[in-house]
Amino acid sequence: MDQIFVNLKDWLVALFPAGRQQELVSALISVAALIGTFAGLFALTTVLERKGLGRIQNRYGPNRVGPYGILQPMADGLKALTKEDVVPRSADQVVHFLAPLVLVAPVFLALAVVPMGRNMAAVDFDAGILFFFAVGAATELSVFMAGWSSRNKYSLLGAMRAIAQMISYEVPLILSSLAVIMIAGSLSAVTIVEKQAGYSGLIPHWFVLTPWGFAGFILFMIAAAAESNRSPFDLPEGESEIIAGYYIEYSGFKFALFFLGEYIGLFAASGLAITLFLGGWNAPFPFLTWIPSYVWFFGKLLALIAVFIWVRGTLPRLRMDQLMNFAWKFMLPMALINLLTAGVWHFTPPGLARWIICALLVFGPYVALGRTLFESKKLAKRTYSYAE
Amino acid sequence: MENFFFYFFAALTLIFAFLVIANPFSNNPVTSAMFLVLTIASLAGLFVLLHAYFLAAVQVLVYAGAVMVLFLFVIMLLDLKAEEERHIRAFGLGAGLISVGAIVSIFLISLLKAPLLSNPAPIVHGDTLALGKLLFNQYSLPFEIVSVLLLVAMIGVVLLSKKELK
Repeated sequence: MDQIFVNLKDWLVALFPAGRQQELVSALISVAALIGTFAGLFALTTVLERKGLGRIQNRYGPNRVGPYGILQPMADGLKALTKEDVVPRSADQVVHFLAPLVLVAPVFLALAVVPMGRNMAAVDFDAGILFFFAVGAATELSVFMAGWSSRNKYSLLGAMRAIAQMISYEVPLILSSLAVIMIAGSLSAVTIVEKQAGYSGLIPHWFVLTPWGFAGFILFMIAAAAESNRSPFDLPEGESEIIAGYYIEYSGFKFALFFLGEYIGLFAASGLAITLFLGGWNAPFPFLTWIPSYVWFFGKLLALIAVFIWVRGTLPRLRMDQLMNFAWKFMLPMALINLLTAGVWHFTPPGLARWIICALLVFGPYVALGRTLFESKKLAKRTYSYAE
Repeated sequence: MENFFFYFFAALTLIFAFLVIANPFSNNPVTSAMFLVLTIASLAGLFVLLHAYFLAAVQVLVYAGAVMVLFLFVIMLLDLKAEEERHIRAFGLGAGLISVGAIVSIFLISLLKAPLLSNPAPIVHGDTLALGKLLFNQYSLPFEIVSVLLLVAMIGVVLLSKKELK
């Protein structure tokens, strides 16, 4: 049962003559499976998100199309397809057309290195995690292309906000995953998951269950929310300030593609968080290992998405100065301290003493940094700087 | 197959690099920057052909990601109208041709002087572990010097961007 999809693919590939053709077919099947699965998950998530937000805001959410509104994504998709595609007359036609494609292609590429079950990573190569971040860099380019080519002040402002935010939060994102890479001693996602297999008694060997892993996981999730422009970090598309940000001039299917790219980016970041901290496709308890590995991966993925929806429904949007101060004065030092803690963890012998030392190393700076930042009101008071 | 991909990526790199500096369709700096991204991406393709996945990923992450975004930021904040109407002057053309000629002649001389390899090129070990070991053992001093250089640049920027110094 665990290897059903792997066996299915092997059987399909074996139908073709050996050599180049088999490699090509194997790659095509992986790509088709990835795109199909995650496009389906995207449709499911949009309706779940609207339902969940509706519950949080004390209303029903979509409930007209199909039973419990479950067919809502189809109606949305049809609407996006049939709408008129308006391109501004002064826009740079080519760049304007390419921007959504430049967003969607890399986020699917990033998913390729995430292992979704035992033997179920589309590609496993040395430097897989680095590949993930490298293709993630292309999303910044897409945001710039969309904002600049629209020739609209609001989209340019939105793009500048988005790029500043993405560059700032990419630093803690990479630094927090660096701790895991250091301990696991590998850049390959599959190896990192294998290092987290096994149990001591009932407790799994996941990295999130160590002091540095826990802090790293929290930092990673915050930075991932900022990277994928999720609330409370959705300033680039703050409706009350700049209407819709960098995709203000997009309509019809191109707008839907931006939407898709954003969600797939969120899935990719959550998938990487699961791979790095939550044990990948490993079961949480030793007596649950009979459940197929991919069920665990997608279960964890849905749980993380639920957390993102919950956060979106709960927290108000940050201000620009709060956003930047938080990234550079809190996230970055914490990520560096976390890296140091991971080093201490690696070189002290296992036992209770190691736990206490590392927990203090993480928790002390957290309290100190948070308190000084809050007392100097760097995170609380707005400072105005006027043009001279 | 490998040969085909090498020539494919090499050709792409050259074509895109040409379009960066002399685009017959538009004089826009942003278009040039976009073609520079494509040039870097095809260079990363060449690294992949050498099985240097780490270098390819870093190439895309640092150059196509961070550096290009900074370029675009600068372009976005500058006045583009003046740049679009700029024409190539005779002096610039002459200086450029002379410097290109000088570099090409250095290349040719060193290529012609180099002894021909009797056996094929040694296999490149471009994996992350080997690269890391080299960087932190054999080349640790230059590596550290480069990082100090970056630190100096960073402090300089902070100093320059401060409005008033105490």
